[in-house]
Amino acid sequence: MSAILQVRDLQVSYYTDLGRATALNRVNLDLQAGEKLGLVGESGSGKSTMALAMMRMIKAPGRIESGSVDVDGVDLMSLSEEEMRLARLSRIAYIPQGAMNSLNPVMRIGAQMVDAIRAHVPNMSKDAMITRAKDSLESVDLKRNVFDMYAHELSGGMKQRVCIAIGILLKPKVIIADEPTSALDVVTQRQVMETIDRVQKEIGTAVILIGHDMGLMAQFVDKVAVMYAGRLTEVSTVRDMFGAPMHPYAQALIKSLPNLKNKGVFSGIPGLAPSLLRIPTGCAFHPRCMQAMEGCKTIVPEVKDHSGRLVACHLYTEGA
Amino acid sequence: MRIRLILRRISFLIMVIWAASTITFFIPRLSDRNPIRERFAELARTGGFSASDLETIVASYNKKFGLDKPLLEQYTDYIGSIAQLDLGVSLNRFPKTVLEIVMESLPWTIALLFVSSILSFIIGNLLGAIAAWPKSPSWMRSIATPFVLFMGVPPVLLAIFLLFLLAFKLKLFPLGQAYSTGIAPDWTISFLLNVMWHQMLPAISLILGSVGGWVLSMRGMGVTIQGEDYVNFAEHKGLQGGVIFRDYYLRNAMLPQVTGFALALGSIITSGAVVEGLYALPGLGSKLSQAISSNDFLVIYGIVLFITMSVATLMVLVEFLYPLLDPRIKTD
Repeated sequence: MSAILQVRDLQVSYYTDLGRATALNRVNLDLQAGEKLGLVGESGSGKSTMALAMMRMIKAPGRIESGSVDVDGVDLMSLSEEEMRLARLSRIAYIPQGAMNSLNPVMRIGAQMVDAIRAHVPNMSKDAMITRAKDSLESVDLKRNVFDMYAHELSGGMKQRVCIAIGILLKPKVIIADEPTSALDVVTQRQVMETIDRVQKEIGTAVILIGHDMGLMAQFVDKVAVMYAGRLTEVSTVRDMFGAPMHPYAQALIKSLPNLKNKGVFSGIPGLAPSLLRIPTGCAFHPRCMQAMEGCKTIVPEVKDHSGRLVACHLYTEGA
Repeated sequence: MRIRLILRRISFLIMVIWAASTITFFIPRLSDRNPIRERFAELARTGGFSASDLETIVASYNKKFGLDKPLLEQYTDYIGSIAQLDLGVSLNRFPKTVLEIVMESLPWTIALLFVSSILSFIIGNLLGAIAAWPKSPSWMRSIATPFVLFMGVPPVLLAIFLLFLLAFKLKLFPLGQAYSTGIAPDWTISFLLNVMWHQMLPAISLILGSVGGWVLSMRGMGVTIQGEDYVNFAEHKGLQGGVIFRDYYLRNAMLPQVTGFALALGSIITSGAVVEGLYALPGLGSKLSQAISSNDFLVIYGIVLFITMSVATLMVLVEFLYPLLDPRIKTD
């Protein structure tokens, strides 16, 4: 079975006054149809940059330096601007981070759904577009009359659902949800996640879920990918990741989660995330790593397959 | 609910007009100048009747205008006549009433100011929006710059310059007047074209002078709106650039501009008055400056009060219009 999403060697830099910041460093990622991947990492580790790069929405001073993003056999990087516009939402959809402000305050919800359909399927009849939009609202547990409402008449959770309903309008192959539950209370978070989960099963798309909340991730995704300083450090199934993380950074992340057994004990990760302008040589994590070896300071670890788990660490490389 | 709001706004409007008319009534009476005496003293100087007759004439006029009554009674009479839209009579062109003077000049003012301020609003906001939009071609962005430069030039200077260059030197446009002498006003196409040809220069000077302000404020607003999440999400949705520009960017950036338009109404009318005077158009502004230069006090008060009333009324209309543009503003 070939992957529905294949990211190869994706590299993104931001050209700032202080120099070139490498926000995404030769990232590879495969996702099967119907698979749910959680993308985690500290702020500034490149999660959102990765999402925007896959949508080809990196804005100046950022630039996609190299790499390919294959969705269902089509390399998005080779498309023209107009072809890419058509690919957005229909092949690969993005559900935004700030759902609170992601809806146009002066347009009715329905109008913001119909214009999205019309932008891709202009010859669909108006009635069919309206029906499609209302069906989509219903499938995210919203009433059909939300179609005629304005954003300010909806709660935060409802607005996020509307964004999801927009994301699934054209049944894309891949959906990227960028922290879809930030700024929502825990009950609403769960409802929103269950909604994503259900519509994902209905239309069978692959989902990339970006977020900080490891607990929420553990409940909903199949695989977890941990990012650090623009690189992927480990990609494992949820069970493996939470049971026995391999990469020292992933281990430290999991250990920093509070749990019921060691109440009150809170172990963070010493040090700070590196500046993207000066990423440490070798393994970017080596200055903060308890298990760092001599080779870690100079040689960048390759991502290697360890019986289905992808890890970039010299600890597991023979002879390093 | 809506009816109550409309009633509240209208009663507020009446209060504003009442306050404005009260001020218009009392301010001239704070000075000890008497417009009637000054008017006839001037006539007496140029001859026609003796100085002793002057007092008799002034007294009879004072009686006629009710100026011999106590101040409070004068005030209630005045407010009573304002309520009936009676703004008094012209001292200079007696027995023509101020309302008649306003009404015969009003169409000219509306034609010039309405058309030029709407055009300026549309052009300025469009240029400002284009200037702030990151995807607009650079040549389109740079169109806005000269208009911003013109902003520093007072409309009067601009009008004089245009008059000199385009009308006097190049003779492309007439030197003034509302229509060519020797043709009678009627509703034929050729007459309307003649009027438009005469209105062109005053309109251009008003537009050039005010577009820059709209460009600057719209560009500032546009920079804020283009970073909004909903504009980004619109792009993620794969919408066409034109749709994003129109429905997501422009519509939101326009909202404060509409308020700005209501606030600018007052200054539009004042700069319009000056330009009208310069081009000898028979509008409200020229009537006002004629009245000022001939000491026709009642016409001055009447026109000032009329302008105040119309600006206040227009502002209330804009306020009623606003909920249609921004659904977040509730009318109840």
